[in-house]
Amino acid sequence: MPTRLFALVGMALLLALAALQPWLRFVLTLALATGLAVLGIAVLLRAGQVSFGHALYVAIGAYTVAFARPLVGEALALLALAVLAASASGLVIGLFVSRYRDIFFGMLNLAFSMVLYSLLEKLYWLTRGTDGIRIARPDLFGFALSARDYEWGLFALAAVFALTSGALVARYLLTPAGQALSALKTGETRLEFLGISARRVLYQAYCVSAALAGLAGGLIALATLHVTPLLAYWTHSGELVFVAILGGTANMLGPFLGAIVFELVRVYAAAAFPDAWQMILGLVLLVIVLAAARGLVGVIEDAWMRARRSK
Amino acid sequence: MSRAILRARGLVLAFGGVRAADGIDLDVLEGEVLAIIGPNGAGKTTFLNMVTGYLKPQAGSIQFADREITRLSPRRIVRLGIARSFQIPQLFREHSVLANIALALAAGGDFWSPHRPLLTTARETEAQALLQRFGLADLAQQRADALDEGARKLLDVAMAAALAPRLLLMDEPTSGVATAQKHAIMDRLIPALRQQGVTVVFVEHDMEVVARYADRVAVWSQGKILAEGPAGDVLADPTVRRDVIGLEGAAC
Amino acid sequence: MQLLLLAVLDGLAYAAQLFMVAVGLTLVFGVLKILNVAHGSLFAIGAYTASTLVGLIGTPDLSLIALALAALAVGAVAGPLIERGLLARIYDKEHVLQLLVTFALFMILEDVQKLLWGVKPLFEDAPVRLLGPIVVGDIYYTAYQLVLMPSVAAASLLILVWFLRRTLLGRTILAVTHDREAAQAIGIDARRVYLLAFTIGAGLAALGGALAAPTTSLVPGIGVQMIVLSFAVVATAGLGQIEGAAVTALLIGLGRSFAVYFAPELEVVVPYLLMVAVLLVRPEGLFGRSELRRI
Repeated sequence: MPTRLFALVGMALLLALAALQPWLRFVLTLALATGLAVLGIAVLLRAGQVSFGHALYVAIGAYTVAFARPLVGEALALLALAVLAASASGLVIGLFVSRYRDIFFGMLNLAFSMVLYSLLEKLYWLTRGTDGIRIARPDLFGFALSARDYEWGLFALAAVFALTSGALVARYLLTPAGQALSALKTGETRLEFLGISARRVLYQAYCVSAALAGLAGGLIALATLHVTPLLAYWTHSGELVFVAILGGTANMLGPFLGAIVFELVRVYAAAAFPDAWQMILGLVLLVIVLAAARGLVGVIEDAWMRARRSK
Repeated sequence: MSRAILRARGLVLAFGGVRAADGIDLDVLEGEVLAIIGPNGAGKTTFLNMVTGYLKPQAGSIQFADREITRLSPRRIVRLGIARSFQIPQLFREHSVLANIALALAAGGDFWSPHRPLLTTARETEAQALLQRFGLADLAQQRADALDEGARKLLDVAMAAALAPRLLLMDEPTSGVATAQKHAIMDRLIPALRQQGVTVVFVEHDMEVVARYADRVAVWSQGKILAEGPAGDVLADPTVRRDVIGLEGAAC
Repeated sequence: MQLLLLAVLDGLAYAAQLFMVAVGLTLVFGVLKILNVAHGSLFAIGAYTASTLVGLIGTPDLSLIALALAALAVGAVAGPLIERGLLARIYDKEHVLQLLVTFALFMILEDVQKLLWGVKPLFEDAPVRLLGPIVVGDIYYTAYQLVLMPSVAAASLLILVWFLRRTLLGRTILAVTHDREAAQAIGIDARRVYLLAFTIGAGLAALGGALAAPTTSLVPGIGVQMIVLSFAVVATAGLGQIEGAAVTALLIGLGRSFAVYFAPELEVVVPYLLMVAVLLVRPEGLFGRSELRRI
């Protein structure tokens, strides 16, 4: 499947949608940001590991933007800080969680994220608790933009980050360390007896995923201009995992495709069923996992192969 | 006479009450092919596990190329030049045969390069050449989990050989395959490894295989070495024939 | 001094509640080798059901019986439903899929609670009032939290250990835990053992919830807190360690209540600090044994 072509065509399509429907600009920016965080989840899934707590890094990225905003006026600088803070946290926490696999890996991440959630809620003097922090709209590319232009600028930024991150992660996955991720799942013993630290393989991927989630969090904060502890809540982590499985992990397009579908559906469905939204997600997740389906990317790949064969 | 590349002295390791190693002294000579034989539970695999750092002996020492390695981690020991294969092949099941070898080659090289892909032209060529030597060239594009047991065994050793070790330990390279296939596998392995100039230690149950491919034989029994010497002499020894090979026959 | 005593009493009561949930989690893991992420939801559903039933019955004298009935009902319905309907399909699947499935179940059950009981806090303390206060030193404490909850927890531990080690059925469960294939080879039906173990585990979680219900107001999200905390207990003890879970429940319960009195901003962090500290030194947990893979 020509991933690059699909990515560019898809991006052009998004651009057209955003131009036609102004409210979609905001939704699509969020979707692309979410896709970045999900890209990190997908990298970890390659190694057979699932994190139930990556909203932790999204929240760290977002709150970094909120905390730094009074001192920093430029959105790009704020994003850089968000990535830096999330990466630094990932470097430290990763040292610990990369020792573990499967259940422990998933649950330790969940535990860390819930600790942050509680702290964000409780340390009112610092975080304003559940009210969250409002963020004054920063400059973008050095200009104080109108609300409309700022939205456009942020959308473009998210699109560029999505394309470059997708390409960079694809490249990383082709290196020996990237290929060793799925080797981790099937032959950790062999890896060690080839002289390669399995833990370091996972640690590297973990740091990549933390940085991506931090970038996502930064973008989300800049788009919504408001951060709350809910960013770190388990339901948010669950959504990231859900989108990864929905989109499919075989291809870099999966996370973004999944995120776009997810955010578009949510606009309608979450409002219609506020108390059943998680349940719907859970049911869909069950169906995909039990049917061993390869997500939306799998559907597209199959369609593409059929189209080629019938030609 | 060539010098010892591996020197084990007084190795002791007990699991609960069972002494899997009860004072093992053994020299492996540079360039030789040494077979380790003995009944199940005699401590043969335990010896390999101690040499590769997977298990730590409770007493005794292991020297490799005049260097103390007893307390080193498996990864350090691998990097010093001891590779191993496994009784149950440890393959990257979701990867192609070629990628399995390429990962092993990369492990000894630029594994952590952040941008160079696993399958560079150079590495692919090198991997193909290695697969050729081990008779796996036709299977290069197959997924490892689609191979038959014989091919899995060969690939398992080929991955260890890809590290270009000075000493290669093989844990029952022919177990799990039909008798007819055992010789075919060893006919591939031993010349390929000799060509590479690597010293080989292998654990084996099939005496025909031992007689045909080993230069020297060490006989294990209850954590001790019962006899050791040139293959012809040891296999002809009446005690060994009665106590070990006889038992072997019964076990098979 | 009084504060100290209060912290100890609080810790004891909290540890009892924590243990009830953690022991079910660790039992289910020990037998099925699956960590049920939705275990906390069973705690929550047990709690909600108990509160509702106590309210429905209306007679305070019967409220303790209502709690027990609620736990029994939730365990007997949810246990087999989940094990047969869902888990039985995934025993031979990859770990990551098993985790995803129980996580999906968790997402579903969290909303089932909201749909059935709404999001308004629910508070029903008839059982606590029924047992009245008890005086320790010069502190008035509820007998419910100080006597009943720890007693039930201790009884659960003793009965469970006795059941597993001294009865034929219990030994069957242990046999499957240690070596499933060998157990099946001598004619043990592993499927029935899984069903039984999971139902007991679910029942314990529901009982933990039912016991906790009168002491707190129920809101969405109590299940999440419980799964994360009881995982901390179970991980600190070592997965599958039943007596160990009791010890670490005490450790974490006391640690948390001391934090409440002496360093309130650390309250939520202390259990995890304890867990991380233990795991850094002993990755397999305080009472767990590290297993070397056979190669």
